[in-house]
Amino acid sequence: MAGVRFLLDGEVVDLPEVDPTATLLDHLRYKMRRTGTKEGCAEGDCGACTVLVGSLENESVAWRAVNSCIQFLPMVNGKALMTVESIKAGDGALCPLQETMAANGSSQCGFCTPGFVMSLHGRSIGAKGCDLPVADVIAGNLCRCTGYGPILDAGENTPLQERGEADLADSLKALTSKSGSGEWQGRLWFAPRSSDELAALLAEHPDARLIAGATDVGLWVTKGLRELGTVIFLGDVADLAQIEETDEALILGAGVRYADAHAAMARLHPDLGELVRRIGGLQVRNAGTVGGNIANGSPIGDGPPALIALGALLTLRSVDGRRTMPLEDYFLSYGKQDRRAGEFVESVHIPRPGADAVIHIAKLSRRFDSDISAVCGAFMLNVTDGAITSARVAFGGMAATPKRAATCEAALIGKPFDDATVTAAIEALKADFEPLSDVRGSSAYRAETAANLLRRLWLRHQGMAISVLEVEAFDG
Amino acid sequence: MAERDPAWKALQKPSHPHDSARLHVSGEARYADDLGEPADMLHLAFGQSSEARARILSMDLGAVRAAPGVVAVFTAADIPGANDVSPVAGDDRLLADGEVICQGQSVFLVAATSQRAARVAARLGKIEYEVLPAAITIVDAQAAQALIEPAQRMARGDAAAAMDAAPRRLAGRFEMGGQDHFYLEGQVAVATPGEDGQVHVLSSTQHPSEVQHLIAHMLHLSSADVTVEVRRMGGAFGGKETQAALFAGAAALVAHRTGRPAKFRCDRDDDMVMTGKRHEFEVAYEVGFDEVGHLLALSLHLASRCGATVDLSPAINDRAMFHSDNCYFLPHVEVVSERLKTNTVSATAFRGFGGPQGMLAIERVVDDVAAHLGIDPLEVRVANLYGPGRETTPYEMVVADNVAPQIIARLRETSRYDERARAVAAFNAASPVLKKGIALTPVKFGISFTTTHLNQAGALVHVYADGSIQVNHGGTEMGQGLYVKVAQIVADVFAVPLSAVRITATRTDKVPNTSATAASSGADLNGMAAYNAAAAIRERLTEFLARTYGCGEDGVHFTPGGVLVGAETLTFGQVARKAHIGRISLSSTGYYATPGIDYDRSVFKGRPFYYFAYGASVSEVVIDTLTGEHKVLAVDILHDVGRSLNPVVDMGQIEGGFIQGQGWLTTEELVYDAKGRLLTHSPATYKIPTASDRPKHFTVTLWDGENVEPTINRSKAVGEPPFMLANSVFSALNRAVAATMPDNRAIPPLDAPATPERILKAIAGHRAGHRAEP
Repeated sequence: MAGVRFLLDGEVVDLPEVDPTATLLDHLRYKMRRTGTKEGCAEGDCGACTVLVGSLENESVAWRAVNSCIQFLPMVNGKALMTVESIKAGDGALCPLQETMAANGSSQCGFCTPGFVMSLHGRSIGAKGCDLPVADVIAGNLCRCTGYGPILDAGENTPLQERGEADLADSLKALTSKSGSGEWQGRLWFAPRSSDELAALLAEHPDARLIAGATDVGLWVTKGLRELGTVIFLGDVADLAQIEETDEALILGAGVRYADAHAAMARLHPDLGELVRRIGGLQVRNAGTVGGNIANGSPIGDGPPALIALGALLTLRSVDGRRTMPLEDYFLSYGKQDRRAGEFVESVHIPRPGADAVIHIAKLSRRFDSDISAVCGAFMLNVTDGAITSARVAFGGMAATPKRAATCEAALIGKPFDDATVTAAIEALKADFEPLSDVRGSSAYRAETAANLLRRLWLRHQGMAISVLEVEAFDG
Repeated sequence: MAERDPAWKALQKPSHPHDSARLHVSGEARYADDLGEPADMLHLAFGQSSEARARILSMDLGAVRAAPGVVAVFTAADIPGANDVSPVAGDDRLLADGEVICQGQSVFLVAATSQRAARVAARLGKIEYEVLPAAITIVDAQAAQALIEPAQRMARGDAAAAMDAAPRRLAGRFEMGGQDHFYLEGQVAVATPGEDGQVHVLSSTQHPSEVQHLIAHMLHLSSADVTVEVRRMGGAFGGKETQAALFAGAAALVAHRTGRPAKFRCDRDDDMVMTGKRHEFEVAYEVGFDEVGHLLALSLHLASRCGATVDLSPAINDRAMFHSDNCYFLPHVEVVSERLKTNTVSATAFRGFGGPQGMLAIERVVDDVAAHLGIDPLEVRVANLYGPGRETTPYEMVVADNVAPQIIARLRETSRYDERARAVAAFNAASPVLKKGIALTPVKFGISFTTTHLNQAGALVHVYADGSIQVNHGGTEMGQGLYVKVAQIVADVFAVPLSAVRITATRTDKVPNTSATAASSGADLNGMAAYNAAAAIRERLTEFLARTYGCGEDGVHFTPGGVLVGAETLTFGQVARKAHIGRISLSSTGYYATPGIDYDRSVFKGRPFYYFAYGASVSEVVIDTLTGEHKVLAVDILHDVGRSLNPVVDMGQIEGGFIQGQGWLTTEELVYDAKGRLLTHSPATYKIPTASDRPKHFTVTLWDGENVEPTINRSKAVGEPPFMLANSVFSALNRAVAATMPDNRAIPPLDAPATPERILKAIAGHRAGHRAEP
């Protein structure tokens, strides 16, 4: 099926020909004149453009808040869409959330407001990823005027709604069941629905750009003003979106969105859950995938260091079959990964840590929420009878790739788990990294805090409070 | 015309939501980019300088002109009149002419059929530069003696002699960074050509009159040919006081030259690179004091990074000097302010306008004195407050309305400051990794433009024959709730419901020659002007009714139940209809100029401010000594807005101002590279507070008082003062760092913003630089 079709307020919007890297936001604002949705940054960091996208999952509609500024039009093919214009009652009255926000001072300049309305409306209708405190649900929405108090109150005080959406589910079913594709000014785009189909497409178009959540690639277009050539969208590949939890491991399809993986990752280890909570805002986690965060090879991606420390295995696939490797081996050098022509990242296998594992995962950034790491450190030591039997130490932000600290690990393995060993391992860490200075932190800061994170693992193991996020004010 | 009662009685129930709140939440509030676009509209982008300072040797724009969708490309030579978008000094170019003076400067202007086409084409210019030595940092500029104006000095007494005589002395220095406004709506302007050379410009600006005047000069038009309109801005905070002119000017130029409507909607990253920010300051001080912390002598040096042009830097740095006393009486003081010219984007107005920098400087001095004496800084603060016999500022203005002592005392009690300070100490004694700090800091902020002639405003009120009312004034709405406050004032004059008053967009063809909506003065000035306009109409109606009904004027009363005329009660609509039939003018302008202010900049003496707004806050924080991470745990605020015009709106200003100040002092860091390129030019790298940065415990209480000056409703300005309440966060962080080595009688070398990296560095510095008990 060529073109893009989606449902907006129950109506089918049919776009037979689309620029595959035109953004949903621009289409809403400048083609459909739905100007309630705002552009604040065009890079997925402010949430002013938040809309809800509904997809058919298990016979019902799953809604997700996303940043429409970095959603390309083919990504909403076959989906339902809700914008701020959608949520007033049929008689034009404001919905209860809007009434509360209008009355309690939730808006000042009002420009960010529609985005907050959509994030909180998503929460009230049980959208995906909203099973979190209100502050986390709106962590991807920036407001410069209010200081957030009334908005948080409005979120707390808005009742959850039951939505009967069987009709919408039927409409979505009727909308499309075929793989999307199209051509625009000589540029091809595809949206396969199975990994078999994806493998075949990739064999045919080995230079195609793969796009999962577009939380990274979106900026190549909106900020880099790049043309992407042939693109393959991965959002509809159902078998890449599987989550499998066993006694031994958590296996995540490469297309699993971070928001969808969050609970399972938190069950694997609370530190991993906390790390995922701090990856982007909810809109970013609702789009960005675990596989994309690995495949793009960023030295500051937050997933890889933690997964490397946990001993994750990565599986790549092509028409020729599968290859599985330790995740750390995938990252060859800056911007270069061990992904061959025709291959795509299929899944990541995260072994469940043993009872003897001592784990600490920490992300350091200027701001706690919706920020990128200066340093992301992850540690897994196996400790038996007071001795360290194995050690996996990995860092992001310390080198050109996510990387294990081999010297540090060697200084830990076989040693008693005590202050002296940790001190020696901190010393050893100096040999593992020569971090760069950049906008997120100086070389010295990175080196010092990387060492201190290892110290923190030890102190926490001793039962000491080590996180400012766990402290209450005197009269809390 | 500033009598207090009974004119304000309807404000007994003053809390109304923002006038646009229902439109905000439904997405129906229209901003400049939300209006329909004519088919022939052109979209604009600037070609930007890649160099911080250079001569332009040649420009090859062939590829730009040939790019798809490009309709026209303009350079400085295409500007018919003045190539100037500056507020005062005439030194901000719309398009570079022969030289560039900062990276990102606009060099040429592309007009294309789409925004993307314009942006793509703008990157294709080939400009050959002769790169010249550039001053990027304050230190660079000091070395080159590059200044935007001579250093200014404000002094009282004999600081040098008092310093020599003081029992104790200290010297110190610290830095504070700039701040990007990060208004959520970026810079935007839409220009539409009219007949006979006229042009209409929809601009997201705090200063429509200035945009109007600059465009007129640029296009060789009269001011009467140019109309600038702004219904609302999606945030401004000072960042659209002078900075909007660049984009409005570009749009007007293109509309004028092509005859087609033109829109400049600036990309976020370009906006952050190309528009001015809060001034970065370096502070050095020497202070003389006694054993209990009385400040006997102060020598303060303020050096600021003003960027490449003058902009509003003189007034901003003046305000820093005016606020370097904060609430404290300084008997012998010398403040020297050095205004450095750097090849970075020109620093500009930002909420507080230099006040935050001056105030943070003196709070740092106080913290240092307290650290030296080993006592709670609050004791030093209290010991130095203005009070009887010590009520004159260094610029010789009498602090006649001083409520700081009472506010501090009340907040100290309600926040249980002393009890909590003990608990913080106990926490720190038991916690080796995490350390807490707590601080109470006050605010005294002077209200008025320090450029005296700006303290004036106009308004226009129409009463229609059906009794509906339209109000217009020179102030602009950027979210601060000015429009609703002014509408309340007008509704109150006629004792009609707020819904009877239609608020209209600010336009230069309705109220001319306006001042910027700035200096927190919007409601003070425009509210009073609108009051005067409405009151003039009410007087005419009163006279007319008394005459028509044969009763005295004292028999006419405008009440919420209707207009009482003798024994009869009329609706306001009936009154308006009768007055119209009776040929009474139902429209009036109103004007207001702030009385009583008089100040001589040449000697920094006089009364620059009509009054002061006060407040105080307590912040409790915790830091992680291994990572430098911190969290603001609890904040309690007591703030003085006089008799509030609108408590919902005022509370919003206080909370929002505080969080914005917290951002300035903690997470918001501007990083430039050695070539003068801003590296933090997007929200990916520049971090304003998110919802979780708001302290879990956060209380705001309005001080129960009224303005001693006869302002509208005896209210006080509220836009800027709360920003500086966040100074307590910085002081508390300092104390938390100090707790890593409690017997060190030095203040930690913490600079702002207190990023994790800076906190860690301050801990290391504090541990290394031990100062013994005196």
